[in-house]
Amino acid sequence: MGRKRNNILPGFGLSTGFTLTYLSLFILIPLSAVFLKTASENWASVWNVVTSPRLVASYKLTLGASFLSAVANAVFGLLVAWVLARYSFPGKRIVDAIVDIPFALPTAVAGLSLTALYAPNGWFGRYLEMLGIRVAYTSAGVLVALMFVGLPFVVRNVQPVLQDLDFEIEEAARSLGATRWQTFSRVIVPTLLPSLLTGFSLAFARALGEYGSVVFISGNRVFETEITSFMIMNKLDQHDVPGATAIATVMLIASFVMLLAINLLQARSRRYMEAS
Amino acid sequence: MDERRQNREETPKGRLVRIVLTAAALLFLALFVVAPLLLVFVNAFDKGWQGYVAAISEPDTRAAIRLTLLAAAAAVPLNTLFGIAAAWSISKFDFPGKNILITLLDIPFAVSPVISGLIFVLIFGLQGWLGPWLDAHGIQIVFAAPGIILATMFVTVPFVARELIPHMQAQGREEEEAALVLGASGWQTFLRVTLPNIKWSLLYGVILCTARATGEYGAVAVVSGHTQGGTNTIPLQVEILYNGYDSTGAFAVASLLTLLSVATLIIKKIMEWQSSRSNDGN
Repeated sequence: MGRKRNNILPGFGLSTGFTLTYLSLFILIPLSAVFLKTASENWASVWNVVTSPRLVASYKLTLGASFLSAVANAVFGLLVAWVLARYSFPGKRIVDAIVDIPFALPTAVAGLSLTALYAPNGWFGRYLEMLGIRVAYTSAGVLVALMFVGLPFVVRNVQPVLQDLDFEIEEAARSLGATRWQTFSRVIVPTLLPSLLTGFSLAFARALGEYGSVVFISGNRVFETEITSFMIMNKLDQHDVPGATAIATVMLIASFVMLLAINLLQARSRRYMEAS
Repeated sequence: MDERRQNREETPKGRLVRIVLTAAALLFLALFVVAPLLLVFVNAFDKGWQGYVAAISEPDTRAAIRLTLLAAAAAVPLNTLFGIAAAWSISKFDFPGKNILITLLDIPFAVSPVISGLIFVLIFGLQGWLGPWLDAHGIQIVFAAPGIILATMFVTVPFVARELIPHMQAQGREEEEAALVLGASGWQTFLRVTLPNIKWSLLYGVILCTARATGEYGAVAVVSGHTQGGTNTIPLQVEILYNGYDSTGAFAVASLLTLLSVATLIIKKIMEWQSSRSNDGN
């Protein structure tokens, strides 16, 4: 507050007032509708909806596939970030741009395209079929779609940290007799960990709520490949608005917990960066 | 940095590690990211140029394009105005609760798109807060164009603000303060000093917002009542064509959105090169 008194820039009231009004009107009030609607329902029936076996199966799939996809993205994202930050090769700028494709491509387009790729007669599906592996219309398909949408989160969080990493620390480690792997696991990974963890949780959070890219490739088979977002859609298709709202409440609480965790993580990694 | 790296002697083992890792990363990106993009265009031109043109000029598709453009035309200018106001407030002033405001801004990113659509059903739907009143007055919002516009606005709220805030924070207040001290009015300062400084990130934010507004699927699918055969945007039209086993048509219409997202990426890269060049020049 102290600095504000010295701040001579105008428009604080106007810009902040407009921002708060807009956010309330378009985000906060609409969103509160979910909680108010659930609160007005019979608690027992809400509980019945959100703990029904079919929904529990969808939580397991959504949580499990989101977690696995974020782990896979942490590994492959680190690999891609490493190669982009450390090595030079022809066409590197184009490869760097390619990493953002999953951010830019509409989810429904990604979903259809992945389905066509992994369908039994698709570019990849026909070879996987020969190996006896089914991806489209199975939980593996959900995993593939979530990996696609989550990849840029890890790369874009890790890459700048890798680029800023002081080369001399590694050289010191090497000259003190550390092997290549020891230098990587003992010197580089600890420095990267906060950004890797942030990328991981952003990819995980995005995967939890993902809808468009998953619903085509998953095939939405009851008890097997239904994600929780799809279950909301399913209730709405049956005109069961209270049921849809009850599920939405569970998902919103999960999203807010994730948002809080990510903010704490980011604050910690900022402190870490400033300290080092 | 790069020169130093190249000057270092590379051991044979180091060379092997470099080649293996680069090949693995490129293979991964080719299979997981490039292949889905490529497949859209290959399938779109399955029946040649004529099939492509026929698919995207179909009346239903043209109606979907019109509605999508209408939703974007409503969402993008309003969210741009909001983005500029929010960025000015957050980046130029310190006030209590600023971090909470930044977190609130991220809500549309954190919420599942299906929920983003559902909230408008809860407010404007028949079983919703305003539903009975709207119904009595013959106004339809959900399962009609206004609902699609509202849902599109909701999901694209943060894009312009998110692009502007880091840029404006990095620029600080000195230039604006100098202009004010020299006698410029508040609006003059904004138009002549701030706006020229932020024009590239503003442009990118607007393009990103447009790409997202036109490509949104989940939220719009809920409010369009697509199962009831209601109003359609481009992504919903893609879904309908695909479910009707018109794969070529679906990918042809999808290629329009894909082209927009590729254009977004190219513009982003050009901007990054320009800003790194101007930094090198300093």
